[in-house]
Amino acid sequence: MTRTLDRDASASRGLLLRIVPPGLYVGRPHVIVERAHLVYRRAWTAFVSGFFEPLFFLLSLGFGFGQLVSTVDGLPYPAFVAPALLAASAMNGAVFDTTFNLFLKVKYSKVYEAMLNTPMGPIDIAVGEATWALLRGGLYSAGFIAVMLGFGLISSAWALLALPACLLVALAFAAVGMAGSTFMRSWHDFDLVQLVVLPLFLFSTTFYPLSVYPSWLQAIVQWTPLYHSIELLRALTTGSVGWGVLTHVAYLVVMAGVGVLVASRRLGKLLTS
Amino acid sequence: MLAVLEYQWTWYRRNWRSSAVTTFVNPLLFLLAMGMGFGSQVAAGPATGGERYVVFLAPALVVTTAVQTAMFESSWSVFSQFKWQRTFHGMVATPVTPAHVLYGQLLWVALKLTFGCTAFLLVAGVLGALRSPWAVVALPVGVLTGMAFSALLVAYTATREKPDSFSSLFRFVVIPMTLFTGAFFPLSQLPGWLHPVAWVTPVWHGIELARGAASGTLGVLPALGHLAYLSALVAVGVLLGRRFFARRLAV
Repeated sequence: MTRTLDRDASASRGLLLRIVPPGLYVGRPHVIVERAHLVYRRAWTAFVSGFFEPLFFLLSLGFGFGQLVSTVDGLPYPAFVAPALLAASAMNGAVFDTTFNLFLKVKYSKVYEAMLNTPMGPIDIAVGEATWALLRGGLYSAGFIAVMLGFGLISSAWALLALPACLLVALAFAAVGMAGSTFMRSWHDFDLVQLVVLPLFLFSTTFYPLSVYPSWLQAIVQWTPLYHSIELLRALTTGSVGWGVLTHVAYLVVMAGVGVLVASRRLGKLLTS
Repeated sequence: MLAVLEYQWTWYRRNWRSSAVTTFVNPLLFLLAMGMGFGSQVAAGPATGGERYVVFLAPALVVTTAVQTAMFESSWSVFSQFKWQRTFHGMVATPVTPAHVLYGQLLWVALKLTFGCTAFLLVAGVLGALRSPWAVVALPVGVLTGMAFSALLVAYTATREKPDSFSSLFRFVVIPMTLFTGAFFPLSQLPGWLHPVAWVTPVWHGIELARGAASGTLGVLPALGHLAYLSALVAVGVLLGRRFFARRLAV
């Protein structure tokens, strides 16, 4: 990591590097991933424990709760709630990694300012952080999918696509979370993050079907991002896949694109000013 | 001791906005989503004591929310006053003793819990989740349960040099305590070997008290037993806390 790299020399690397203004991107985002890996090697309990939270929810809500309810939308309750918990945990992981952790690094430990004194540019940082968030989220999701399989909660081969779908969900939320946290001024603003994430978690058809709501509320819920994530994963793990699934995918792709765009612009402003 | 409380209050007065919003909004969200939303899928029956689900859930949620509040108020916040801001060290440089610091901190947590539980009950009342006037018992019970957990946790925090264990504590103690102690569904639906684990937690005792009072099924003897257990936890926590505070703040 201590190798020095001339910025002009790196600009000859491919088309992308010619389009992007010099200094914003030098094609080394993997270094960020390497750093995160080094950091977490020392705090691996924190890393591992992230996997247990959705598991506890599944055991409690799916199996304890589930005995109060027989079937929802024709599914046994655990099979109904498990994909939703999968999507929600992908969201939670991505959001917390890119808000609290990112803010800590920008504002307090000044990690990025140090990085910018190396040949890295803001876009390297944005891409690197997003990649790490995805890797970590992907590991958690894979673990949870394995647990679902063990409990017999997966009833379709479409579930093979559940992992990439989780990554898409994580990417979309990570991008938006990162964009959002560039607007944060102090820790107090993070209560707002909670204020967004908690209602999403509770109301996006996580624990009960959409039909519970009156129709005007259904229309609102159908615009929220976690709703699309949950419906996408639920369709995949239960096998009720239709063309509608593409709507969910498109929604998440657009969300990710907008998030990355805003985040890299804002980060560039914050870090190079 | 009151001077310590006054310090917390002065700080809070300047930073209250965001936390006040969460105090009211969180119970509202939880009651709406779990009570009303999920509750619509649950038929009233023997498992819910013959009540609508939201009526079954509300008193228990007061208790679990109190414990979560206690968690935050007694871990990172206390730790930061030991380690990062060093407020406690500043306090003992005055005639305030370490024990006073502990009492002041615990009083502050109790005050916040009272505020939180009152807010919760108000919201629950407005949503029609309280059917009996006895449901108000959830207020003192919530505060007591929260304090039982807080006193122990503050004592533990006083021994910590790093804040790393708090998030594991939250994940492996607080969340299971919320999920598996009878708040969302009767304990009888869990396998038998898990019951004794639940009995050890303060949350289970708090839930039994609050829900029993609200539904009128609580006997005098069990009630006294639960109260005694929770009070004992507070006492143990305070005793340990006094030792650890004295050790940590020794000049």
